[in-house]
Amino acid sequence: MQFTGKRATYIGLLFLVLVAVAVIPFYTSAYIYIFSTTLFMYAVLAVSWNIFCGSSRYISLGSAAFFGVGIYTAAVLGDAFPLPIVIVLGGLVAFLLALVVGLSTLRLRGIYFAIFTFGFGEFLKHTVRWYEINITSTLSRWVPMTDPVITYYTMLIVLLAALLTSYIIKSSKFGFALQSIGESEEATHHMGVNVTAVKIFFFAISSTFMGLAGAIIAGRWTYINPAIAFNPVISFTVVLMVLVGGIRQMYGPLLGAAILTIIAEVLLTEFTYYYLALYGIILIAVILFLPSGLLGLFARKGVSKSGGILARFR
Amino acid sequence: MPILEGEGVTKYFGGLAAVSNVDFHVDQGEVVGLIGPNGAGKTTLFNLITGAFAPTSGMIRFKGENITALKPYQISNRGIGRTFQPVRAFSTMSAFDNVLLGSLFGRSRNISTADARQETMRLLEFVGLEEKQMIPAEALTIGDQKLVEVARALATRPELLLLDEMMAGLNPAEVAQAMELIRRIRNEGITVFLVEHVMEAVMGISHRIMVLHHGEKIAEGIPEEIAKNRTVVEVYLGE
Repeated sequence: MQFTGKRATYIGLLFLVLVAVAVIPFYTSAYIYIFSTTLFMYAVLAVSWNIFCGSSRYISLGSAAFFGVGIYTAAVLGDAFPLPIVIVLGGLVAFLLALVVGLSTLRLRGIYFAIFTFGFGEFLKHTVRWYEINITSTLSRWVPMTDPVITYYTMLIVLLAALLTSYIIKSSKFGFALQSIGESEEATHHMGVNVTAVKIFFFAISSTFMGLAGAIIAGRWTYINPAIAFNPVISFTVVLMVLVGGIRQMYGPLLGAAILTIIAEVLLTEFTYYYLALYGIILIAVILFLPSGLLGLFARKGVSKSGGILARFR
Repeated sequence: MPILEGEGVTKYFGGLAAVSNVDFHVDQGEVVGLIGPNGAGKTTLFNLITGAFAPTSGMIRFKGENITALKPYQISNRGIGRTFQPVRAFSTMSAFDNVLLGSLFGRSRNISTADARQETMRLLEFVGLEEKQMIPAEALTIGDQKLVEVARALATRPELLLLDEMMAGLNPAEVAQAMELIRRIRNEGITVFLVEHVMEAVMGISHRIMVLHHGEKIAEGIPEEIAKNRTVVEVYLGE
């Protein structure tokens, strides 16, 4: 790593942002830091979605499944274990579930993978719902409330971990392999990459962070049922955030999550009945006019931009 | 000594035999051409060899080992490299990155990134693309994209290189350069098995030629024999 002036500025800025973000709960109202927790949550989902789906171009519409599984882990375990263990278990369950899902679905290409992941999320929701009604008779569950300041910091830590993981993967040879898989999976396979193992593993890593985020936020939402935990709107929102911010850019998902969470909050409070429609309009506008997202506008010259979002469905 | 052999290789897609009971062999150090009209089963045969899909029946052996049921990455790791028709370079990645991928995941499993980059540079120079290394593949001409594919395949350190219609779409000057490149590849000790439609090229560089038609092998021999073979001529003129 060369120490140029530019790099030093970058690290300096990063450090300042970290410090600012670390002390928010002490200098702002509860509304701000609770809202920030939601922003961090979406950022975790978006960043981790991008880890796998951004490079490989397998568009997953099943983020709610892994997020929801994390929430449910916290809901089921409740007070039985200390919070850190509950959170870790939420991530672990999501990881294992993603391994199983990956083994069966990652043979599907393009649009079929997208539909299957969406269907899986719905399937999981209905299965859990059936189970809760018929087996445990607990259709809704109450999760013990966690101190919002603790929730803030745990979510922030997970976000930083997700960003760090994203960076490490992108700069590694496996991140490179994921990118090649996105360009031409068959050619990549023929160059000696065990594409099945690579896809399943990074899909699982991506899903783990979603599970962690779910387990953490359960302690704030407190009231949990299958419709809330496995809400498909979250699956689409996450994809939209990555698109707006810039797919395959490291900070793209973060920017997209920040923008859309803030917009949603503003819209919710000002235009309560129209915000979903406005969201839809934003989605269409992004696909038509900003296929590489906001950060994609600043992509390096000479590196060509891919042919729009539809090029991602192979 | 055959480096590659196939016995009774057959592939059905539904009711259609794309490849039907084909026996073949490629000896170490040879350049073998595979020709035939469109739809003869040439690329299918390549796909069977590299494991893209499994044959319906028959066996394929590489360096004496049965590779019939192996997956493409395993076959690549054993020393078979290939190019594709149509070209499958990594479009938005630079020529350098295309070749680097092959180098990082090719047969030297634990190669360091620095060594891989060095190897990549060497191969780019070998095919003549060092000036264009930073250009994304999709911005290169088709001829250069094919060179990227060749360099990328060579980066995996193959002992046998399968070239699928490397000369398609090339002008005569480029064809001559491609033939020269194949000779240089062979001089590195790599056996070459190539599918080709450009007759002068195949006849000019192959030691031996195999002809497929409707999935069956209809002729095999040295170029002079094949050029005079009546069945082969009819098959081509009749198309």
